Amino acid sequence: MQPHERKPSYAAAFAAPLVDPELETPAIVAGPSGKGAVKRYNVYRNNVTVSLIDALAAVYPAVQRITGRDFFRAMARFHIRATPPTSPLLFEYGRDFPAFIEGYEHAQAMPWLADTARLERAWLDAYHAEDAAPLSAETLAAVAPERLVDLVFIAHPATRIVRAPFSVVTIFAANRSGEEVGRIDASSPEDALITRPDLDVVVRHLPTGGAAFLLNLMTGQSLGEAAASALEASPAFDIVANIAGLIEAGAFAAITFGDA
Amino acid sequence: MNAVIKPAPAAAIAPCFPALPIGGLAGTSFRHEHLAAILAEGAQRGFFEVHAENYMGAGGPPHRALEAIRRDHPLSLHGVCMSIGGERPLDQAHLMRFKHLVERYEPALVSEHLAWSTHENTYFNDLLPLPYTAATLARVCDHIDEVQEAIDRPILLENPSTYVAFRESTMSETDFIRAIVRRTGCGLLLDINNVFVSATNHGFSAREYLADFPLSHVGEIHLAGHAEQADDEGTPLLIDSHDGPVADAVWKLYEIVIGQCGPVPTLVEWDSNIPDWPVLKAEAAAAQAILDRCHAILEDRHAAA
Repeated sequence: MQPHERKPSYAAAFAAPLVDPELETPAIVAGPSGKGAVKRYNVYRNNVTVSLIDALAAVYPAVQRITGRDFFRAMARFHIRATPPTSPLLFEYGRDFPAFIEGYEHAQAMPWLADTARLERAWLDAYHAEDAAPLSAETLAAVAPERLVDLVFIAHPATRIVRAPFSVVTIFAANRSGEEVGRIDASSPEDALITRPDLDVVVRHLPTGGAAFLLNLMTGQSLGEAAASALEASPAFDIVANIAGLIEAGAFAAITFGDA
Repeated sequence: MNAVIKPAPAAAIAPCFPALPIGGLAGTSFRHEHLAAILAEGAQRGFFEVHAENYMGAGGPPHRALEAIRRDHPLSLHGVCMSIGGERPLDQAHLMRFKHLVERYEPALVSEHLAWSTHENTYFNDLLPLPYTAATLARVCDHIDEVQEAIDRPILLENPSTYVAFRESTMSETDFIRAIVRRTGCGLLLDINNVFVSATNHGFSAREYLADFPLSHVGEIHLAGHAEQADDEGTPLLIDSHDGPVADAVWKLYEIVIGQCGPVPTLVEWDSNIPDWPVLKAEAAAAQAILDRCHAILEDRHAAA
């Protein structure tokens, strides 16, 4: 404990009104020669709110494109007041935004908006994830066939899955391209695989059953176990094609063998 | 058997960067949108400055870009979020991230702000002001000591731009800063646009502020653009917006400062409404011309002596 710790808190008095428009300008600040400081203090309020809205807009550009700028900024302002950032790393901010969108009264007509936000959040996490060389098809091909059932895959640090009851990959792709977006049928469920084998983040549409299969592999199930549950869920599930697709996407970093 | 089969980790060995001198150079903020244009020009005279927090992710394109820039240019690592002026203890995780960046990129300059941005558990994403008192001075010095110990080198502390004053302040900003330098041994990053903005906002003379500023401890200068609004009485209130060219009045002050300090490394900051690379490069070239002229005058003096 430092002896100079227990003075009245300037930071608490200054901070509280920054994200609460109901509160008045703190009495501890003034303009020159004791002049009023309402507009002066509002510069800080504005800096905080606008920069945090901009931060959310940078994480969720497709959501903003779908809703339009004014709708997005109003929604983001509510979220910032309810859930301001706790970390100085702004690329980590907005993890709670998809859940906020889900409950946001004015977004109820766009039930797929929250999942689009989840996909954008996963995209940014993949972008900043640790670098690693993806597992190559050659490494996998060198495994003796009788050992394949015991194979355990280690996910690449960038790999993410977003499962949605809406056409989230189609919506994301259309709204992150620079091109004009036509009408999209949002009603077909789509599972997204997000990877970054090198510099570029890639978003793919996983085939039916693919997300559950990959999730099982990522939690450490052996290839034999994961294949068995995938086939149980759908006898038509194509193990070989799915594994080939995942390798090509760079979803894995390494392979190992279980305790067998 | 638990052997993990994977390709050799090509990226595991941290690259070693050359120690490039930064003395007498002008630089610019580094922006990803300029990366291709910068790399296309190859190694240039000048340095780049980055906000440390933008490179605190684990991997990906940001680090790849910064490595590419750092290979051929001196780097200035500018921390924005350490909250040195805050009331709470420094965020240890953040301090460690900062330390790792210093170790990884071996920047020629390392700086932070006389401001705060975090209180309790909230990060406000703005450089907030603090009162200048004996108590805040002691705490700021403790925080700077802690940062300098963690990174094992002195930092440059940047003077703030402010819009309000605290009724409880008992010291002038220049006295406060001078005391920090004396107690912590840190250097200073003199932001001349901040001086101009604060002088206008608080009704003091920028020249007098600079005359009172401990210029011999300045290791870097910042120049930037500002915007104009009005306060409650309708008098001009300047906003430190970093969204346009450096104002003529700021260039004028810069020439005076360089005449007194010598050719101190100078950064042109431009953080929003970012122009194409040639525009930003031209702003830096204008600063470089002033630095070079100062250098030539010093050479002449040496020759004459």
